[in-house]
Amino acid sequence: MGGSKVDIKTSVQSARLTPKKIALYAAIAVFLVAAPVYFQSIGNVFMVRIFALVGIYVMLALGLNIVVGYAGLLDLGYVAFYGMGAYSGVLLGYVFQKLVGGADAPLAGLSYWALLPIAALMAALTGIALGTPVLRLRGDYLAIVTLGFGEIVRIALQNDIFGLTNGSAGLPRVGETIVTAAGQKWAFMHLSTTTFTFSKDLFWYVVVVALCLLTIFVIRRLDNSRLGRAWVAMREDEVAAAATGVNIMTTKLWAFSLGAMWGGIAGITYAYWVGFISPESFNFMESVLIVCMVVLGGMGSIPGSIVGAIIIAGLPEVIRGLAQSTALSRFLTPEQASRIGDYRYLIFGGLLVVMMAVRPQGILPSTRRARELTSEEPIIEEENTDLWEVEHKHDLPHKL
Amino acid sequence: MHFNVADVPQQLVNGLTLGGMYALIALGYTLVYGILLMINFAHSEMFMGGAYFGLLWLNILSKQSFFTGSAVGLVLLYAISILLAAIMTGVLGVLIERFAYRPLRHAPRLAPLISAIGVSLFLQNAVLLWVSSRSIPFPVKFPVYQYTLARDGSGSLAFTVLGASDKIVDKLGQGAHAIVQFSTLQIMIIVVTLILLFVLDTFISRTKLGKAMRATAQDRDTAGLMGVDINRIIAITFFIGPAMGGVAGIFSGMYYGNIKYNMGFIPGIKSFTAAVLGGIGNLRGAMLGGFVLGMAEALASGFISTAYKDVIAFVILILVLIFRPGGLLGESVVEKV
Repeated sequence: MGGSKVDIKTSVQSARLTPKKIALYAAIAVFLVAAPVYFQSIGNVFMVRIFALVGIYVMLALGLNIVVGYAGLLDLGYVAFYGMGAYSGVLLGYVFQKLVGGADAPLAGLSYWALLPIAALMAALTGIALGTPVLRLRGDYLAIVTLGFGEIVRIALQNDIFGLTNGSAGLPRVGETIVTAAGQKWAFMHLSTTTFTFSKDLFWYVVVVALCLLTIFVIRRLDNSRLGRAWVAMREDEVAAAATGVNIMTTKLWAFSLGAMWGGIAGITYAYWVGFISPESFNFMESVLIVCMVVLGGMGSIPGSIVGAIIIAGLPEVIRGLAQSTALSRFLTPEQASRIGDYRYLIFGGLLVVMMAVRPQGILPSTRRARELTSEEPIIEEENTDLWEVEHKHDLPHKL
Repeated sequence: MHFNVADVPQQLVNGLTLGGMYALIALGYTLVYGILLMINFAHSEMFMGGAYFGLLWLNILSKQSFFTGSAVGLVLLYAISILLAAIMTGVLGVLIERFAYRPLRHAPRLAPLISAIGVSLFLQNAVLLWVSSRSIPFPVKFPVYQYTLARDGSGSLAFTVLGASDKIVDKLGQGAHAIVQFSTLQIMIIVVTLILLFVLDTFISRTKLGKAMRATAQDRDTAGLMGVDINRIIAITFFIGPAMGGVAGIFSGMYYGNIKYNMGFIPGIKSFTAAVLGGIGNLRGAMLGGFVLGMAEALASGFISTAYKDVIAFVILILVLIFRPGGLLGESVVEKV
């Protein structure tokens, strides 16, 4: 391939920062800072909460993207790690509070920060524990086993396993509270003015955004690392990758446990933000929604996962929010507004179907995939779908 | 929970009823997987849809005095309701395939999965909006008897029929205890399930259409070249699976006494387990898997814990996949390079 060198160079060039990209990033940054602050200042805490919630889902989608998008392992029980992070975080938080001398002790507020890495580690270890036996399975079988694992975890939490999780009533138990994270009070006191309150939700929004940026940074580094390349090789052809010296088991385990780790981080953050967790927050539908985020956005693509999370986690809430907002109250009666809110998942389900029919590769497919597929022919997208068929050997003749 | 051997027969009978339902649903998964190599995540909604269609027809038809007047009428009432509901569910399945899956035959592998999830969400919410989120009672309009094999007061075997309010002690004297009980409902469910399974098995293994389905499952391209109308075969598959799942939904409604918009999820997952347990893509495997799973679940909820009865299916699933990924009747998958 004579021209391939030039092709790679140009595509690498396009990955660099251009003025257009800098402008885009700046606009996003301004929006990320300004929008929640604006909503907070007009007292619309609901919207601030949606922003923080979407941020949590962005983190989850990015984490699952490692497993599904990069390594090509379909995980339908991702929510188990999310729940693991949340429950281990809160339970260890109680222990931490006991150790430092109760919920009122000055150090108690540190528990979130101290437990963040521990919860992440716990989730990652769970990932390894599950991954070791089941990662030999492939494709749909892996999907079903992970699904089963997710359900086992949820049912165990629901049944008050080891007397720790308080069953479906959830945590915290009576008399045991989750202490607000260190820094929250400080920010509350110093960033509030007479007209503007820096709320708890805004604080957690900032934490979530910071964690998202960290996630994006780490994943970008991973993407270009030896491990990231091994994932891609494995995703494209497991047998060929193994033949060229990629240790399939280790590579899969890394993907699984790293993905799980972000699930854990998102879990403990969600738990400390909301201050209450119950098994209902970690059901199968959540796993499915996170997979949808990754696929809808475009597998293996960081911007894709983010866009997917924004659409899937944000859109139904925004539809509901808009339907009930004062702006539309002139046109809609409250009953009509709540009807629209009720229809949001119906609309969402239909949208998923249409979206898959129109653009199955996702909204923002990974540029690297496109780059890998760029050869003499400049047709990127069709090559992309064709490769999928070759890979999975399910193709039919186009006209029968 | 204490282990009591005397309960085993009763648990097995309950497991048989449960297993029949699982087998009926599992067929749909295994047929679709066999032919399209996809997990039809919307199939659990076929189960739910069938229950609602069944209720609809029961309500419509029971307004005619012909159907409620006599025993024959009652049998016809249920037979016709179940038949019409099964046809409606089947048509729904065909429509779903036509609009949600057929455009995706050449798409990346995950696309139909996501599309199926979209369909599932859509159907659940459609039912939720048009009916309600409450669970709705499902009427059983015929008298339910318990057919009881028991030991009477003196310890000898006795067979007796109990009505809804009868007590075994009144019939057989002090110290009488049941060994195993069947209700009219259970007998109906088990018998109808077995008939359906037999008919389907014969259809697949004996008829020309069944042969075409097997050929399509084995190699779609070659079957197409040999003159099999692939789209028609897939449509038929998407009719049969949901129709059977719909019947299972009606049975579940009658057995448990109520239906709900999200009733499909757990049985759906368990039936998928049954399909995998039997060897996915293998029709008889799905039937066997359904019954094995039903029995295992009944025994486990009797002797281990009812709270964890839903876990049993998943534990079985994981163990099967790790130690015998091909399932009980499946072939072991050889990796081709």
